[in-house]
Amino acid sequence: MSLRPERQAPPEIFYNESEARKYTTSSRIIEIQAKLTERALELLALPQDGAPRLLLDIGCGSGLSGETLAENGHHWIGLDISESMLDIALEREAEGDLLLGDIGQGLGVRPGVIDGAISISAVQWLCNADKSCNDPRKRLKCFFGSLYRCLARGSRAVLQMYPENGAQLEMISTAAMRSGFSGGLVVDYPHSTRAKKYFLCLLCGPPSANTPLPKAKGEDGGSGSDESEDDDEHETVDFLERQRPTKKRKSEKKVKGRAWVLKKKEQRRNHGFTNVPRDTKYTARKRKARF
Amino acid sequence: MRLLTHNMLSCNRKGVSNGFPLGIEASKLEVKEVDFNSDFLRHIYPKIEWKAFVDAAKSLGLNDLPEHVDDSMLEDDDFLHSFHHALLEVHLEEGALICPETGRRFPVNRGIPNMLLNEDEV
Ligand SMILES: C[S@@+](CC[C@H](N)C(=O)[O-])C[C@H]1O[C@@H](n2cnc3c(N)ncnc32)[C@H](O)[C@@H]1O
Repeated sequence: MSLRPERQAPPEIFYNESEARKYTTSSRIIEIQAKLTERALELLALPQDGAPRLLLDIGCGSGLSGETLAENGHHWIGLDISESMLDIALEREAEGDLLLGDIGQGLGVRPGVIDGAISISAVQWLCNADKSCNDPRKRLKCFFGSLYRCLARGSRAVLQMYPENGAQLEMISTAAMRSGFSGGLVVDYPHSTRAKKYFLCLLCGPPSANTPLPKAKGEDGGSGSDESEDDDEHETVDFLERQRPTKKRKSEKKVKGRAWVLKKKEQRRNHGFTNVPRDTKYTARKRKARF
Repeated sequence: MRLLTHNMLSCNRKGVSNGFPLGIEASKLEVKEVDFNSDFLRHIYPKIEWKAFVDAAKSLGLNDLPEHVDDSMLEDDDFLHSFHHALLEVHLEEGALICPETGRRFPVNRGIPNMLLNEDEV
């Protein structure tokens, strides 16, 4: 298996000219970015009054996600750390305004002016500590703090991302909640490793009656994605609470029981080991936590 | 970058308490037509800092915006068209944005402002 891009180099180096070029010549990538953006827009649940909105595209890259925003009639401002990716966006005549910037340094946008934000496949990059000055927690705090401030009250941010593991996902959502957001995680195709997609759906300000939390789609299968041939369970939603960082769930690692220990010890003895401790009433007993 | 975006940006360099509005140095502009949509203009109007917008427009050589506005002008077609043009059609292609407090320059190349901060500015 190839190494995750996030583990290879900092984003501004990884997304160099050739990677950026690759990005937009692959019809598969183009299609996936478009689909993810459509889904993010859906979860953004903008008022359906026909008026175009001003949206942020965080980690806008080559402007593929922005294209979908523009097709839906919206104006957008895109921010990205990679010049090569932004060059491609220029080449593709992106309709949004582009900014070269590092979201880990904060967004630099005035308070309350943005109607909604999306991010497609970018935020997990903030978990990297690829320079000594990069403290992921500080950078996440800076990012979410500035995102919260620049969004209009009652609006949303939908961040699709590829967390490397549960700990990253938790670090990201905790940082979001600490910045004042409420909201939840929507996981599309939760049972397919390949098609599984995480959308962190954030509400700016406390949830109100007119901003319902994202709902799970019906469990009736239906259209199914091309990436999930046999996977028709659509999504699950976990709600996160505002301002209250989710406690690290006690890892529910399967604790191996007494029977298992006894069996293993027996096996060792049968293999001729002589240093296997006797079986006593203490064998595999739970120890008290000592500090 | 258009004035819509300029009106939303502020300098977030460490220690800056009011980074808005960024000054504009323009050495090249471009005009690209955008479909007129009065719904968007009415929607965005309350969010625009008008004085900053008018000043920014002037620094791009656009002088036909009124200094003072009120909601009733959103019914006036002439006004909406000059608002639309200045907000969405004129692009700053080459130049710089300047922090009003510290004078820090953010260069603009090929329409893209470089807002990256140095380590010691974060
Ligand atoms: C998978 S690409 C997504 C591209 C984009 N949605 C598109 O349509 O092309 C991830 C993008 O996140 C950007 N990125 C990563 N870390 C970033 C950071 N700290 N600040 C801004 N952009 C970042 C990368 O440069 C890259 O363009």
